[in-house]
Amino acid sequence: MATDVASIPAPPIAGEPGIPRRMALTFVEVVSHPLGAIGVLLVALIVLTALMAPVIVPYNPTAISVKERLADPSLTHLLGTDQLGRDLLSRVIVGTRTAMTVALTSLAVALAIALPLGMIAGYGPRWLDALFILLFDSISSLPMIMLGLAVVVLLGPGVSTVILVIVLYSVPSYARLVRTQTLSLKTRDFIKAEQAMNAGTMRILFRHVLPNVVGPLLILACLDISTVITLEAGLSFLGLGVKPQIPSWGNILSDGFSVIRNSPVPVIAGGVPLILATIGFTFFGEALRDALDPRLNPERKP
Amino acid sequence: MITFLLRRTGLAVVILVIVAILLFLMMHMIPGDPTVVALGPRSTPEMREAFRQMMGLDRPFIEQLGLFLARLAHGDLGQDVWSRRPVLTMILEVLPYTATLALASFLWAVTLGVLLGCIAVVHHGKWGDWLIGLVSIAFVAVPSFVVALYSLLVFAVWLNWLPAIGAGEPGDLAAQLRSLILPSFAIGLGWVGYVSRLIRAAMIEAMGEDYVRTLRAYGVAERRITYRYALKQALLAVLPVIAIGFGGLLTGSVFAEIVFTRPGLGKMTYDAVMSRNFPVVMGTVLVTSGLYVACMIIADAVTAVLDPRVRSTL
Repeated sequence: MATDVASIPAPPIAGEPGIPRRMALTFVEVVSHPLGAIGVLLVALIVLTALMAPVIVPYNPTAISVKERLADPSLTHLLGTDQLGRDLLSRVIVGTRTAMTVALTSLAVALAIALPLGMIAGYGPRWLDALFILLFDSISSLPMIMLGLAVVVLLGPGVSTVILVIVLYSVPSYARLVRTQTLSLKTRDFIKAEQAMNAGTMRILFRHVLPNVVGPLLILACLDISTVITLEAGLSFLGLGVKPQIPSWGNILSDGFSVIRNSPVPVIAGGVPLILATIGFTFFGEALRDALDPRLNPERKP
Repeated sequence: MITFLLRRTGLAVVILVIVAILLFLMMHMIPGDPTVVALGPRSTPEMREAFRQMMGLDRPFIEQLGLFLARLAHGDLGQDVWSRRPVLTMILEVLPYTATLALASFLWAVTLGVLLGCIAVVHHGKWGDWLIGLVSIAFVAVPSFVVALYSLLVFAVWLNWLPAIGAGEPGDLAAQLRSLILPSFAIGLGWVGYVSRLIRAAMIEAMGEDYVRTLRAYGVAERRITYRYALKQALLAVLPVIAIGFGGLLTGSVFAEIVFTRPGLGKMTYDAVMSRNFPVVMGTVLVTSGLYVACMIIADAVTAVLDPRVRSTL
């Protein structure tokens, strides 16, 4: 009673959904989680504010008006003014743009450095791998804020210093992820097949390893945005980040801290957007990770 | 076991040496006279000369590096460029303040975090679990220096319940404890969320194990299973992670010390950055990395004692 193999209907091959459709599906999954929904809302608010900043600011954020120092919130100044009479709402709005610019620039630079480093460590000779890992471990054992202070004391404060600190801090963890992914890809059949067909290392790395590494890396970067925003605000709060005249949440907090006994408004105005941003990006990142790749959750054991 | 610890310690020493070399290179990679780079344009020629001699800057590069590492090996972290005091003495003076603060934050945060984690597990899948999860992530996300600023605003400026400045007079234990409350609250809050999430995940994993099923089959009360067995396993699993985190808490104190004007490692580093006192910055960075790496070794040792399987793999 042998069944005729040909008579068994082949299971329908599910069509691989296209990229736009997959993105839409991911989005739906992220938003269907309450955490993700809150995250998406907050992130959208922040990103829109940052993009629209020049259009929606009510006043020049750096215009000093001594007569209106430390004004309470009113209809003319919705969030009041700081100790130099600068409109706080305008400073908060432009500060959003500063925060997003610094965060995205530094993450982009960090990713651009970490990708090749991690792939070389994972794909290259073992001694090079060991060397890179030792270097990454050393940098990771430097406490982040201490590393920042050491760099600032040598280079002086400024946006580029902040970006350098963030890059130094994030490259090791990103490169390590790329390395682990590359190592596991290296033993997979499709890479072996490429090697057997004498494909160049560059072709294997960029055509086959890279596309498989980028996804998890972007999720990690997304989870990192709130840390990066905190670091920028923290350094600026210490007077070691973005220059005082440029509006940034950290600078608003720093100014507010010096007048905290006269008026609570500046500290509240600078801190609330920072809290909303960090919570928003964290919620969004967590929901995105759970939707795309739950294996990356450090709380789950493999 | 001993070889395992020796190997980990050896690796830690290598990492610290690399950190020291990186710091040393950083000073040299920046264009310009290293003495001006390290001490700032306002430094006097005498200060620069003293710094040049201390670091041996007029010798060949490799010799400088060797000299620097040799001094570090003797525990000599250099001198404060302004007061000429040994950096190590200065660090040892303020370390107790930071250690107390870190310990206080650690104790309350871990206690509350474990409690929240247990409540979440008991209500697993219900709204209580969900709410604790949400609050925990939020606690982790909020920057500690904003928590410090807001708690200063509410409890010190508005309500005037707790001191806003300092660490309390030496000998006055009540005042010291009172000035510990707000900073340790600010540092610990993120930890509450972190620990509660770890404990929740570890306990849920433990509840799925075979021995728990057997306990249930024998009719052991669910409360007893949760607190006697699952919590115990979860605590053992979380302990090494928490030990590593303690190293992070030591540096997390930077902002709290600045906002509450408390003496400590963070405040000292910050003041040194502001006055371009590079030897002090270098010393504190090295000491904090050392403490951090030490916490990592302790965590490894704890894991190795509790779980003999890792000894061969690490």
